[in-house]
Amino acid sequence: MIPTHWYLMLGTALFTIGVIGVLTRRNVIVILMSIELILNAVNVNLVAFSDYFRSVDGQVFAIFVITDAAAEAAIGLALIIALFRNKETVNADEIDLLKW
Amino acid sequence: MTLPQIAFFFLSAVALASAVMVITRRNAVHSVIWLIVTLFSVGGVFLMLHAEFLFAVQVILYVGGIMVLFLFVVMLVNLDVAVKQAQFTRQWQLALATAVMLMAELAYGIYRGHEGFTLGQVSSAPISGGNTQALALALYQDYMLPVEIASVLLLVAMVGAVVMAKRKLE
Repeated sequence: MIPTHWYLMLGTALFTIGVIGVLTRRNVIVILMSIELILNAVNVNLVAFSDYFRSVDGQVFAIFVITDAAAEAAIGLALIIALFRNKETVNADEIDLLKW
Repeated sequence: MTLPQIAFFFLSAVALASAVMVITRRNAVHSVIWLIVTLFSVGGVFLMLHAEFLFAVQVILYVGGIMVLFLFVVMLVNLDVAVKQAQFTRQWQLALATAVMLMAELAYGIYRGHEGFTLGQVSSAPISGGNTQALALALYQDYMLPVEIASVLLLVAMVGAVVMAKRKLE
């Protein structure tokens, strides 16, 4: 059988790849996709513990995380469309209106 | 090495390799395709953890819903200019070092934790009555209020997305 901490290691690695994507990429759409990676890493941890304790509570929480991911994707992509209409760019470091 | 372990390593390797592809591809459409591969592998991991309903949700909602939304926006936004520009920020070495340090800390914590707290084996017996039934009972009995709040959140997100993507507010 597979020990639970293997799943936690997988979640950690996925989370780190997502963080690297958020911190290093310039393209806003890829940054949003990296956030989806991070949320999936969280879900792996939640489901692993749900299986370990033989309780569905972790899976219920994972469903709420997926709901949040859907809401976040809809809002984020609408923001990107509005932003692209105004500034003609998808690069995060060119959107510096609030920076002095 | 047993068959579940081989399956776990295969799914993990596919998930991690495609996740790396997501954040390194120049074209955003390729990133979306690789993210779909990652989501399928994570769904396979859910199946290994006896979470069949979550696997279905992962495939239908994530791959079928959210990823199509991503593809739509990638097609709507003109990326021809962005493809030719630099893909990474100037401080990417620092960011990479920080993130790798974070992973080292987390992995060390999990490694020590599993020794200290004897994080045992994943149970093999599934929850009685089937995963979907148990999940439905939990969702609509114990978690009734959170489900309602989540539905309101989705409504707010829907209205917000329509308002923000609209050309002109009158």
